[in-house]
Amino acid sequence: MQPEQQMNLNQDPKINVPGEAKEKGISPFRMAFRRFLKNKAAVVSIFVLAIIILLCLCAPLLTDYDPIEYDLLKIDQKPSSEHILGTDNSGRDVFSRLLYGGRISIIIGFSAMFFTLVIGVTLGAIAGYYGGKVDNIIMRITDIFMILPFLVLVLVIVAILEKVTIQIFVTIIALTSWPSLTRIVRGSFLSLREREFVLGARAIGASDFRIIFRHFIPNAIGPIVVNATLMVATYIVIESGLSFIGFGIPEPTPTWGNMLSSALSVRVLQYHPEQWVPPGLMILLTVLCINFIGDGLRDAFDPKSNKR
Amino acid sequence: MTKYIIRRLLVFFPMLFALTIIVFTLLKLAPGDPYSQIMDPNIDASVFEEMRKEQGLDDPIHKQYFRWVTSVVQGDFGESFRHKGRTVAELIWSRLPNTFYLGAFSVFITIIVALPIGIYSARNPYSLFDYAATGFGFFGLAVPNFLFGVVAIYLFAIKLGWFPAQGSVSQPGLAGFDLFLAKLHHLFLPGITLGLSSTAAYMRYMRSEVLSVLGSDYIRTARAKGLTERTVLYKHTLRNALIPIITLLGFEIGTLLSGAVITENVFKFPGIGTLYIESIGARDYPVIMAITLMLGFFTLLGNLIADILYAIVDPRIRYD
Repeated sequence: MQPEQQMNLNQDPKINVPGEAKEKGISPFRMAFRRFLKNKAAVVSIFVLAIIILLCLCAPLLTDYDPIEYDLLKIDQKPSSEHILGTDNSGRDVFSRLLYGGRISIIIGFSAMFFTLVIGVTLGAIAGYYGGKVDNIIMRITDIFMILPFLVLVLVIVAILEKVTIQIFVTIIALTSWPSLTRIVRGSFLSLREREFVLGARAIGASDFRIIFRHFIPNAIGPIVVNATLMVATYIVIESGLSFIGFGIPEPTPTWGNMLSSALSVRVLQYHPEQWVPPGLMILLTVLCINFIGDGLRDAFDPKSNKR
Repeated sequence: MTKYIIRRLLVFFPMLFALTIIVFTLLKLAPGDPYSQIMDPNIDASVFEEMRKEQGLDDPIHKQYFRWVTSVVQGDFGESFRHKGRTVAELIWSRLPNTFYLGAFSVFITIIVALPIGIYSARNPYSLFDYAATGFGFFGLAVPNFLFGVVAIYLFAIKLGWFPAQGSVSQPGLAGFDLFLAKLHHLFLPGITLGLSSTAAYMRYMRSEVLSVLGSDYIRTARAKGLTERTVLYKHTLRNALIPIITLLGFEIGTLLSGAVITENVFKFPGIGTLYIESIGARDYPVIMAITLMLGFFTLLGNLIADILYAIVDPRIRYD
């Protein structure tokens, strides 16, 4: 192996876009970043999402109430200076639960995304890079995983388990939701396999590992990043949806879905909107922001794609 | 094309087989069997052993699987743990029509709302209407259906009182057209909740399909010939733009069913989805497994129909 030659091959292809990349050496990543910054909705969404995450992370600084501790003498109180958003039907502070619940919803969303990404990209890379028999086996497994709708699969597994914790919940999501990502990664890898620069890298003796990490993943990064972003929103919705109907994270752990489920009682729905509107708004806002960011990333990575 | 359909069917059956294996495995992984539910200190443990043997619960696993599959194929899913003396099939049949109406209603809403808006947007791209529709589409895809359902109940059932908040037809003694209207009245909120995300999605598809067809050469030719805009739109554009939309409806079945599980529970609508959640809550495994099997079966069937429809409506596609 001659490192000098490889360096040359590994340099990103220079694309001369007039006006945009006139100066030397703007990487495709920088170009994508610049395009992303031009998307106002996406940039605003990043800020809003950052504020939401920051608020949730700083929960202990913003509220003195324990989100789990109940006080039966103070149930269903209206908002007051003592309890900014009032208390719920067990006398727990709604504002405190909103912040701590957000922590859990967001942690679930991001960690499930991370593990799905690891499984999905690894298997997709193996299938797409090696092709043939390995590809066939992995694809048949994804087919089997995709027979049942994702939500149903998660629900059945939850039904079998005696107890669901945050860790178990994340594991279930990661183990059941990787197939769609695997398919996407495999698809782009299959098309990259035939490209000349890959042939070149192989000719000078680059290892499989190197080809996958230096050539394939950077070239397929667009769809991977976009899907990873949108996954976070999907998982937050799945978590809150399942918690809402009582099969997600069990009470008393606060999550936005658990809090929203108080609205299943007509009494709370009708007379205590301060208990269910805030978590509902937070879910909506978070999901909207993530979707806007995902759309912005898609346009940034793939300028050819239609805006809508 | 016959060859293609046969090949597609040849994929369908192994998948169905895989589905039964998955469901059976899950059933076996579930803790307990019918007899662990009826623990009675007055009955000797050996009696249970005896009963288990009689029921074949100690047989080797493949024997159990074949017995289970044979009975499932004959429509026998066993008895519910929770509702003593009622078969699973009975329970499902009592709920299935409601879910069917709900699904049909939401697809109907999707079609009559999404297609016209999509077409109008595509004919007036970047107009105010188009931007509003795009905004609605974005919102519709982002908002979770349970959240939309809760807000819909709050606004339209509680504050405005236009629609019932939950359940299905409540007053007995209704018949004929009145019953139909009452059912529709109850279906409305859950129907639009279930249909919201697909309405948004179809609006987007329709818009981009019509836009791309309008930009094609044969539309320019049609206009150059002096055809009226009406003919161009209905005869030349829509017929082609609708092709991918029709086929997508088949893929929609899986989404629709899992959406129904959540939506029915928001509205306490007596369909398969509420039965499913009730059964999961009560660990009523025979019912859980029967419904899981059913959901998987319909999803597979939907994909099969979509693939075949695609081959039928678009003869340009070649299969080798």
